[in-house]
Amino acid sequence: MENLGSLAILLAFCVSIYAVTASVVGRIKRKPFLIVSAGRAIYSVWLLVALASGILVYSLLVSDFRFSYVAEHSNRSMPILYKFAAWWGGQEGSLLFWTFLLSTYTAVVVFTNRRRHRDIMPWVFGVLGTIQAFFLLLNNFIANPFRMLAVDKLITSVQDGQGLSPLLQYPAMAIHPPMLYLGYVGFSVPFAFAMGSLITRQPGDAWIHTTRRWTLVTWLFQSTGIMLGMAWAYHVLGWGGYWMWDAVENASLLPWIAGTAFLHSVMMQEKKGMMKVWNMVLISTTFFLCILGTAMTRGGLVQSVHAFARSDIGKYFVTFMALGIAATIYLILDRLEYLKSESELETVVSRESSFLFNNLILLASCFAVLWGTLFPVISEAVSGEKISLDADWFNRLMVPIGLFLLLLTGVGPLFAWRRTSVESLRRNFQIPGIAAVVLVGGLFAMGIHHVYALISFGFCMFVALTVIMEFFKGALSIAAKNSMNLLRAMVELTHRNTRRYGGYLVHMAIVLMFIGFTGQAFNQADTREVKIGDRMTIGSYQLKVADLQMGETPVYQWHRATVEVSKGGSVVGTLEPEKRFYMASKQATSEVAVRIRPNEDLYLNFGGMSDDNQRAILQAYIRPLVSWVWVGGLVLIFGTLVCLVPSKVKMQYARTEVVGITKTHATIQK
Amino acid sequence: MKKYGKFAALITVVVATMVWLGVSGGKQSQSYYKTVNEVHSMGPKAYGQRLRLEGNVAAGSIQHVGNQTEFVLEYENTQMKVLYTGTDPLPDTLKDGAQALADGRLGQDHVFRAGAVQAKCASKYESKPGLSPGQAAPNINAGKSSI
Repeated sequence: MENLGSLAILLAFCVSIYAVTASVVGRIKRKPFLIVSAGRAIYSVWLLVALASGILVYSLLVSDFRFSYVAEHSNRSMPILYKFAAWWGGQEGSLLFWTFLLSTYTAVVVFTNRRRHRDIMPWVFGVLGTIQAFFLLLNNFIANPFRMLAVDKLITSVQDGQGLSPLLQYPAMAIHPPMLYLGYVGFSVPFAFAMGSLITRQPGDAWIHTTRRWTLVTWLFQSTGIMLGMAWAYHVLGWGGYWMWDAVENASLLPWIAGTAFLHSVMMQEKKGMMKVWNMVLISTTFFLCILGTAMTRGGLVQSVHAFARSDIGKYFVTFMALGIAATIYLILDRLEYLKSESELETVVSRESSFLFNNLILLASCFAVLWGTLFPVISEAVSGEKISLDADWFNRLMVPIGLFLLLLTGVGPLFAWRRTSVESLRRNFQIPGIAAVVLVGGLFAMGIHHVYALISFGFCMFVALTVIMEFFKGALSIAAKNSMNLLRAMVELTHRNTRRYGGYLVHMAIVLMFIGFTGQAFNQADTREVKIGDRMTIGSYQLKVADLQMGETPVYQWHRATVEVSKGGSVVGTLEPEKRFYMASKQATSEVAVRIRPNEDLYLNFGGMSDDNQRAILQAYIRPLVSWVWVGGLVLIFGTLVCLVPSKVKMQYARTEVVGITKTHATIQK
Repeated sequence: MKKYGKFAALITVVVATMVWLGVSGGKQSQSYYKTVNEVHSMGPKAYGQRLRLEGNVAAGSIQHVGNQTEFVLEYENTQMKVLYTGTDPLPDTLKDGAQALADGRLGQDHVFRAGAVQAKCASKYESKPGLSPGQAAPNINAGKSSI
């Protein structure tokens, strides 16, 4: 069976090279049968990769420890879910998973476009096929998941495997990598369409319409993946935070930022025919950042606490990226005249300019994060010294950038196209502006003097109110016209233009998250060594250590503290933080205990037991407003889903647009 | 062209602010990655510099002295004593043989004082198969600061 798996990926590699050649030659020589055969080759690549993945997953599930991958990432006592998740738990498997997702996407693209875009599709096959061939190259020759354990050419097996790292045995962690990967891989598709359109010198923006949903869905996966990663860090790593600007975290954030910029700037191209070069640059940047992200997590390009295997796989990624970037730059420069802008910027206070600044800031922040992440590599190349930048550096830069972006989420959508009158500024921003000032004044009077926090809360209030007012204004007029109640009118309003109001919901989600982020300004932490009966105080909580216990299960040993939490004299509950030591992998993990409330989380971590087992180290954290981040994440998912629902009204507007009457909502629905 | 002047001015302000933010705090936020033997070969220049010291935890070197934890990092046959001065408990993964990064400064007494320590599991997340099942589990308390 192991041979079948190896054979399948080897064949898939050959077939994907055939697919690239056939589609490109077929397109240039105008031989339709070659293109058709390329399409079929892509289906067969999917079949082969699916077969290989099936074999790997099967051997994980039945614990076939002759496979070195299975022995390293699974063991008998792991629950089925994690045995399955071990597919993407290690380097070889996760690269196979990448290939599997990409081949699935490619097959879907081939199928859904089998009667459309005949002129650009061969190039789309070509680009996607090339990426596929690259990853299959890695699967076959660099990180083969079907390596067997052998002693002197004799295949052996071990009694039991190492098991998936216990840190990763957590539900959010089982789905976090696939989500991120769905995002990483998904950006290949809009990139391929962009390149196809560029190569064939398409004048219009068909590629944007065709791939809008792809991009949104991909972005949704990526956002969800990042959020799950944050939730995992918060609940598993035991240091009371969810983001530390680690290289691997940044690797997931980078394409997300670039993708966000892309999602915004395509609107400029759709509505005004502007920023065409920019969009090409953005989607290419996003794609290559995805590859870089994979290289960083998988190739050990940058030192990281996530500590995935360091291997020489990095140089393959670097070569692939260098070639790809060179080709992309050449294509864009060579075809600049097809990407001319159809109109130009008029005033500084306009929708166009707010998009411009949104893009500028997003890209600048993307560059800053990239710079900070790669700084050890850059400085080593320049001065021979490997210098790293700490989280403070990122915060110093990203906090003001984030605040500026937050402000833009509020004002941007309300600026009119071309120019905005003073009257409309006053109408839209007076109430939110006053409310924000009042809030900041009130908070200041209450004793909050943290400057960034005040600015952030003020902006949050401002943006939230602008969004809410948009919903109310629209809903009120619909309610009056159709005699509906306000809530139904809001649903109706959203349904009429899902893109716009879904977008507002996402902006609202950003506000909620910023409220959560701002809570960090008021974090408190205390670490104490305690014994049974000891008390400690943090914030408004009194903690009493009621018991310290230890014990053992077949899988791990544990130490546990039972902590009685009281507030204002009355007991509000008990928390039981625990430390586990997994025998198979010889790794310790922390099971933190968190009392979650909307205003603040009380977060307890069992730091460790003293050598005489009499005292425990207890870390207590107060993390204000953290829950708002997670709620914001859910709203973001919901808002993005709303954006994906087809608008009720758009079709009618699109029809009038053909004769060129209206310019609002003028989106052509493919 | 006047409007482009405005855009240019705004863009310049934004970019300049960012560059300023990035550069101004750069020095305090920078630390040099050095392996133990590299620090040794730096000589007196190493004193007082903020460094990220890389090495492997020498077997049996983790000791708790009073409230503090000491261990020895070794790299290619050179060793350096590290005194942990931070308040957070040391990471779970800091144990004999683990690859560790200590963030701190080297004192004149040749002791490296680290405010933060990161450690990777000796075999990283990718572990090697074939470790004998009968091997004794290390003490769960190893690497914890204690009395």
